[in-house]
Amino acid sequence: MAIVDLTNVTYKYPLTDSPALQNINLQVNEGEFVAVIGPNGAGKSTLCYAIAGFVPHFFKGEITGTVEAAGIESSKSSLHEWVLNVGLAFQNPFNQISGAKYTVFEELAFGLENIGVPRDEMIARVEDAMKLTGISDLADRSPYSLSGGQQQRVALTSILVMQPKVLVLDEPTSQMDPIGTREVFGVIRTMAEKGMTVILAEHKVEWIAEFADRVIALHDGKILLEGKPQEALTSDLLLGKGFGVSRYTSVARKAKELGLWKKEKLPITLDEAVEGFARALTPGPFAKHPDGAPTGRGE
Amino acid sequence: MKIEISNLQFTYPTGVQALRGITLAIDSGEQVAIVGQNGAGKTTLVKHLNGLLGPTSGYVRIGDWDTKKQSVAKLARRVGYVFQNPDEQLFSKNVGTEVAFGPKNLGYTGEQVQSLVNDALAMTELSEKTETNPYDLSAAWRKMVALASVIAMDTPIVVFDEPTTGQDAATIARIANVIKVLRERGKTVITITHDIDFCAENFERVIALSQGQVLLDGKANDVFGQDEILATTYVDPPQLTRLGKRLGFKNTVRNQDEFLAALKV
Repeated sequence: MAIVDLTNVTYKYPLTDSPALQNINLQVNEGEFVAVIGPNGAGKSTLCYAIAGFVPHFFKGEITGTVEAAGIESSKSSLHEWVLNVGLAFQNPFNQISGAKYTVFEELAFGLENIGVPRDEMIARVEDAMKLTGISDLADRSPYSLSGGQQQRVALTSILVMQPKVLVLDEPTSQMDPIGTREVFGVIRTMAEKGMTVILAEHKVEWIAEFADRVIALHDGKILLEGKPQEALTSDLLLGKGFGVSRYTSVARKAKELGLWKKEKLPITLDEAVEGFARALTPGPFAKHPDGAPTGRGE
Repeated sequence: MKIEISNLQFTYPTGVQALRGITLAIDSGEQVAIVGQNGAGKTTLVKHLNGLLGPTSGYVRIGDWDTKKQSVAKLARRVGYVFQNPDEQLFSKNVGTEVAFGPKNLGYTGEQVQSLVNDALAMTELSEKTETNPYDLSAAWRKMVALASVIAMDTPIVVFDEPTTGQDAATIARIANVIKVLRERGKTVITITHDIDFCAENFERVIALSQGQVLLDGKANDVFGQDEILATTYVDPPQLTRLGKRLGFKNTVRNQDEFLAALKV
């Protein structure tokens, strides 16, 4: 059942002429992990804001159509009701940190304090969330003394600790080192498997390929295509429009032109690329022409 | 202009020891990428090149200047630094004056300033946007304004701190082109990056930092081949390096051309 439901959503920021989102229809099921891709200016952040209630409650502007989450309609609810169900981690963690707290631990408890969670439960939840995202050692540091990547982990943790039904993430790993990025994607995947619904705007195609259930490609404020990662991320519709493509996909596309990629489908992950190229390299049952002549290395 | 860093140590006033003895030489015209986990000391290191930070011990020389004995203003003639976040650096009312600010302060004549500005704007594809307020541009274009404002200073050394963070494919291609032009002009380019595929496609030399020390330093392919050591500083080799390794290629490959060449053998 859809926990997030957008119907014919069109939205204009104040003082702008053209809509940032145009006629968006999107249903996301409970526990689904959906990745939103698109070039800069495609509307990824705006879509995140619309699902998280910041559009229009905070940014104002004109919205038509309906946004529903957990059975409530955005325009009929207030932002403080909305955040109990939907949590948003901002693209720039600096914009999210409250500035009212001296330590990471207190920062993480800030949201819970505001919804009146009892002290013991609050402490337990903060400790669990820090363990999950691997930041327990930062508990006593000032949020402002952290590196960009560490701040992003704190920003993500401060949303996870609220245990929202729907988690909206706007490029949550943009400042993280590569293996840190992979770890955080692993954490997000685990949350989805536990039933949290995840909507993630992201440029890092390699990890979307590995972890997401579904991909939505946005272009000029409209949904250009959607589908399973394997189909969506290899679609020719994305070419020439500024979408990021994994190196596995682009090298196989080139190899296909040269006759060095034999499969119909292009790869999106390392494993798929290994499997496909191994056919071209190893003469064997997989690497034969229909007429039975072996192909591959050494000919 | 040669960069010489000798046994550089730096401790922040808070007591955090960010650099623990770094020794490096970078030749004139080299293209160097610095990689490593969050908190490894990458930004702390490059802030020593233009004097924003001074060594606790050891020294940094830019050509014949010891950075500790020069003002930041003077070092700006030799080292241009593009901040990770453009919003920490932009302040003018339009793109044209923003980009002219640097060369003006270096004392170039009006004509020279204009030609440096035009050149930097063309390189960053901003020529149509000179009258626009930087804050009316998208974050991606503000990043290009930050790049242009440093390029216009025409310094022999240019430092980029995570230029591709949060950028889309088109912007990353634009930044790669800027680096290519600077290379052709013989500039030294030093770039901090977490985008290891971008690094593989645009840099010949890679330095991996870990906990304030140099973990690996060498030709890109030699560094990327050492995946187990890289993992200790939270860096994965580039996608095509990993693919080549899994396919049993004899040599390390890092970009599409090298990969396809190895595949055809």
